[in-house]
Amino acid sequence: MIDLATVLLPLADGGGFEPPGPSVFEYPPLFGGVTKSMLQLALSVVLIAGVTYLMARRAAIVPGRLQYAGEIAYGGVRNSIAREIIGTEHYLKFVPYLFALFMFVAVNNYFGIVPLIQLPTFSRSGYAYGLAILTWLLYNGAGIWKHGLIGYLKHTCIPSGVKGPVLLLIVPLEFLSNILVRPVTLALRLFANMFAGHLLLVLFAIGGEYLIIESPSLVNVFGGVLAWVMFFAVSVLELLVMFLQAYVFTLLTAMYVGGALADEH
Amino acid sequence: MTGSLNMLGYGIATIGPAIAVGLIFAAYINGVARQPEAQGRLQSIAILGFALAEALAIIGIALAFVIT
Repeated sequence: MIDLATVLLPLADGGGFEPPGPSVFEYPPLFGGVTKSMLQLALSVVLIAGVTYLMARRAAIVPGRLQYAGEIAYGGVRNSIAREIIGTEHYLKFVPYLFALFMFVAVNNYFGIVPLIQLPTFSRSGYAYGLAILTWLLYNGAGIWKHGLIGYLKHTCIPSGVKGPVLLLIVPLEFLSNILVRPVTLALRLFANMFAGHLLLVLFAIGGEYLIIESPSLVNVFGGVLAWVMFFAVSVLELLVMFLQAYVFTLLTAMYVGGALADEH
Repeated sequence: MTGSLNMLGYGIATIGPAIAVGLIFAAYINGVARQPEAQGRLQSIAILGFALAEALAIIGIALAFVIT
C-alpha cells in the first residue's frame, strides 16, 4: 500500500521547478560579440552553397542521387511556387531569390533539431525581421518596376471596382495591410513558430528531467516518462512545422510579388 | 508555481484562429475533393486565408509578451 501523501508530496510542497522562459534563447557571445545564432547563420550559408554546388557540379541528363534531390527541391520551388503564383511571364527572375530563401529558412529551422546545435536560428526575432525586410524590398521594388511609383501605390491601395467616398476608408486600410503589416506578420510568423516550438521542447525535456530525477515518486516518474514521450512526439511535429514555415514564407513572398506584378483588372 | 497570466490568456485567445484555420483547410479539402483539377488555384487562396487567420494568433503572442 502506497501512502498517498508521500506520492504527492514533492508536488504539494511547491518544489523548485522553474518553467523555462524566453531566457532559454539568450546565449552569451562566444567571442567578440559573435553569438551562436550568428555562427549558425554563417554555417547554413556555407552548407547550402557547398551542397548546391555539389548537386550542380556534374549535371547529367541521367541524374545521380544528389543531383536528383537537388532537382526535386529546385523544381518544387520553381514550378509549384514561382510559376504557379507569379505567372509564366516574369517568374524566372524571382526563382533564384525564392529558392535561396526556401533553402535558407529550411536549413536554419532544421538546426533546431540537429543534435549539439539544437537552436533554430529564427527563434531570435532579429533574423526573421531581416529576411522580411528583404522580401518587403523585393515585392515593393517589383511593383514599382512594373507600374511606376504612383501606379504601384494606386495598384496596391485601391482594389478594383471600388469608387466613391468609401475610398477614404479603403485606401488607408489597404495601405496599412499591404505595405506596413505584411512584413511584420511575415517575420513574426516564422519567429513565433520557431520560438514556441523550441520552448515547448525545452519545457518537456526539463519538466521530465525534474520529475524523474529531482523529485522521484511513483506518480512523478510516470509523469516524467510521459513528458519525455511527448518530447519525441513534439519533435516529430516540429520536423513538419519547420518545413512548413520555410514553405509558407517562400509561398507568401511569391504571392506578394505576384500581387505586385499583377496587371490592372 | 510561477508564470504569467498572459500566457493563459494567450492560450484561450488561440482558440479563435485555430477554429478559423481549421475551417479554411476544411473548405480547401472539400473543394479539392469535388474538383481535383482546381487544386493549384485553391491552394494559394487557402494559404493566403490561413496566413491572414494566423496573423491574429501572431499578434496575440506579441501582445502576450508585451503587456505586463
